[in-house]
Amino acid sequence: MSLLEVKDLRKWFPVRRGVLIERTVDYVKAVNDVSFDIAEGETLGLVGESGSGKSTTGYSVLQLLRPTSGSVKFMGKELTELGPKALREVRRDLQIVFQDPYSSLNPRMTVGTTVEEPLVVHGIGTRRSREARVRELLETVGFNPDFTNRYPHEFSGGQRQRIGIARALALNPRLIVCDEPVSALDVSIQAQILNLLKDLQKDLGLAYLFVAHDLAVVRAVSDRIAVMNKGEIVELGDANQVYNHPQQDYTKALLAAVPVPDPRRMRERKRERRKLAHAVAEGF
Amino acid sequence: MALLEVENLKTYFTSRRGDVHAVDGVSFAVERGKTLGIVGESGCGKSVTALSIMGLLAQNARIVGGHVRFDGRDLTKLSERELEDVRGRQIAMIFQDPMTSLNPTLTIGLQMTETMRRHLDMSKQDARRRAIELLEEVRIPNARQRLEDYPHRYSGGMRQRVMIAIALSCNPKLLIADEPTTALDVTVQAGILDLLDDLRVEHQMSMIIITHDMGVVAESADDIAVMYAGQIVEHTNAEELFDHPEHPYTEALLGALPQLEDESGREGRLTAIPGRPPDLVGLPDACRFAPRCPYANRNDGCAAHNPELREIRPGHLVRSAHPASERMTTAVTA
Repeated sequence: MSLLEVKDLRKWFPVRRGVLIERTVDYVKAVNDVSFDIAEGETLGLVGESGSGKSTTGYSVLQLLRPTSGSVKFMGKELTELGPKALREVRRDLQIVFQDPYSSLNPRMTVGTTVEEPLVVHGIGTRRSREARVRELLETVGFNPDFTNRYPHEFSGGQRQRIGIARALALNPRLIVCDEPVSALDVSIQAQILNLLKDLQKDLGLAYLFVAHDLAVVRAVSDRIAVMNKGEIVELGDANQVYNHPQQDYTKALLAAVPVPDPRRMRERKRERRKLAHAVAEGF
Repeated sequence: MALLEVENLKTYFTSRRGDVHAVDGVSFAVERGKTLGIVGESGCGKSVTALSIMGLLAQNARIVGGHVRFDGRDLTKLSERELEDVRGRQIAMIFQDPMTSLNPTLTIGLQMTETMRRHLDMSKQDARRRAIELLEEVRIPNARQRLEDYPHRYSGGMRQRVMIAIALSCNPKLLIADEPTTALDVTVQAGILDLLDDLRVEHQMSMIIITHDMGVVAESADDIAVMYAGQIVEHTNAEELFDHPEHPYTEALLGALPQLEDESGREGRLTAIPGRPPDLVGLPDACRFAPRCPYANRNDGCAAHNPELREIRPGHLVRSAHPASERMTTAVTA
């Protein structure tokens, strides 16, 4: 059995018109009939451009946004039917790492309190045991545990993302939804965080739903990849299969658009993408 | 003679802790009709270099040394009024964020004609006619109608096209593009880069592309300068740079970049660069990359003086005591 099973997931946002008497005139179909699953210890990369619905899918899996319809089964439980209390229990096993380490940490909370908070919320351990656990977590993510009394603004983007990851790990989750975890970081720091996520996966047996717009980043972490466009998954398969033999024109166009650090290959790729211009909204 | 020659440019910011050496002795030339790529991570000084050329520095920044020669004139010596005639008319610039570069309360048409009327002394009708031509040139459909629209009716990619059209309106000799595609989706980015390249040829312009993305410079630049901590650490033509990177930082950046065509996927590891760039206040006289460099820390003077930029091969400049080609030979002799 899969760890996570998503079936026919829909998230439609109503478009309302009218003053006083509002009525729904249309829907924005942000996520439309999306299905996928994730096995224990596996990484599924969810890739797409802005507005493709990839982040909305991530949030709907977590029930941070309640889906319009469809099913999200996690460890055998149907999450769409659970109330807030039962969901809180589920979130021990299902966590998230956010995109922007500058705005996702509370600026008034010290590093220690930030990482400790999930343990407090779930009533785990004594104050002393939690303190030890926080140090251990920070060490795991490569953050100096002596800095627990400092505040987030004192740290760079990469260090902050480590704090966010430590917090996500606090409850020993089985699946982490990573929503663009490295897109705000410089290349050299991005590599540190990607390596960290890979190491944690190996050591702790985590599964990831890795949501990102950067196709090269997604390939570097994923076993399987789902390509989203306009709210739907247009292609899903083994990472090498999708990248080496894309089936859909949209996937081909997306891949051809990525600049590669090789001036000679670039010329070939430019020709390739002129042929695929029809498959993308704006055209090349 | 090159169109633009920057020589030993130094731009410092004043801060409570002392002078921040944002640009610290940068020299390069941009040939006519060529594109120079300046690549580096945040805080390396690439944008401040561009703003120094344009004379658009913030209040707390100043050029403390060096020259910026454009078409034979030293821009650092010009008055604000003289600079205004150079800006927009001879050197144009486009910025990273097309969402905030346009005034949301004015129509696209008004914002486009403003520059032309200021610099080219055009009548309202002529400027309008030219604006339509320009929108067509940057491939915006229904140009005539779209002139009346406000910026919020344009997507990110379309807004950047408008910015490019405004930049081109006075036929500049040099276009500086500061992270022109960073805020855009890859497919839109590809369209903008292709457009810039076509326009550069048609208008016989020179271009400077500033970016953090090695892929973007590989795609669009003839020559590439890699910046680190306020200085150029490597400078050569694009193919040479990617075929034979010399500086340990350039090598590390390329190693840190996930590759689209890398099949190792989850099993592979990226070559992370440990640590982070130095504080630009009160820098010691030492190699600025030494604390993160895998080859430093022997008794090699890396901690005692900052190496000069030297020509390791014809046309290939590098600032390091341990460039790749010399490492290999020393390894063999040892």
